[in-house]
Amino acid sequence: MMIDWNHFTPWASAWGGIVLGLASALFILINGRVLGISGILGGLLRPKPGDAAWRVAFVLGLMTAPLVLAMVAPPELLTPPRIEAGYLTVLAAGLLVGYGTRLGSGCTSGHGVCGLSRLSPRSLVATLSFMTAGFATVYLIRHLL
Amino acid sequence: MKHLTAHRLIEFLVGLLFGWGLMIAGMTDPGKVIGFLDLAGLWDPSLAFVMGGAIAVGVLAFAAARKRASTLLGGAFHLPASRDIDKPLVIGSLLFGAGWGLAGFCPGPAIVSMAAGQGKALVFVLAMVAGMALYEFMDRLSHRPPAQTA
Repeated sequence: MMIDWNHFTPWASAWGGIVLGLASALFILINGRVLGISGILGGLLRPKPGDAAWRVAFVLGLMTAPLVLAMVAPPELLTPPRIEAGYLTVLAAGLLVGYGTRLGSGCTSGHGVCGLSRLSPRSLVATLSFMTAGFATVYLIRHLL
Repeated sequence: MKHLTAHRLIEFLVGLLFGWGLMIAGMTDPGKVIGFLDLAGLWDPSLAFVMGGAIAVGVLAFAAARKRASTLLGGAFHLPASRDIDKPLVIGSLLFGAGWGLAGFCPGPAIVSMAAGQGKALVFVLAMVAGMALYEFMDRLSHRPPAQTA
């Protein structure tokens, strides 16, 4: 196995992860909910009465994040994203992620961070499943096709 | 009313904090995500550190939550009720993982990148919402009760 030392960012990634953990901690301890992006967003499509406003508030906060960070952070911290996939691939990927996260009841945040943190066997199976599919897909695209 | 406004403000701020976490961690760079998923190529292990940092804090928080009867504001906990390891869980997660590997976006970073003005992230999020709507539609057809979400 060859490590990509040029892109490896152990400190920034661990600190970023700690911030994700803190946000999830605040959410469960103050709001009493699991912080899962796909569930929060997906719940807006068929909201029960009184169940939409908190979801909208959260998503607006998420969308405000890059706007505020762009104003305060040093530019070298914000490396431009590398997006290899073309528009059609991105479209197909979005459909798969939207449908799959709803069918599987969660994504990287709900299952991968919160679910594993609360030692949920369901989330462990989900996380192993999406990780395996992710590894396989990238292998297929980069090394077989 | 004041109480309700405080709740909306907290949710907004938690969303903001989560978005910053994603950006600092490098999750909003699809190249970094795919670099992690590419075990056979030049491997970028960073995402393991993201998970490690997040779960280290999360384990403490959920352990604290388990000991409490109510939230810090006195509200109820809404935890996922389902405990079944069933076909929808596995098939849904496999489909999600395939989409994740295709573009390098998962839902949170895609929303953040869309707000930052990324055209491809906008297309991704629109397609993702369409995929979610398709799920709702098929779910309603099969008359299953709405899914509990993790």
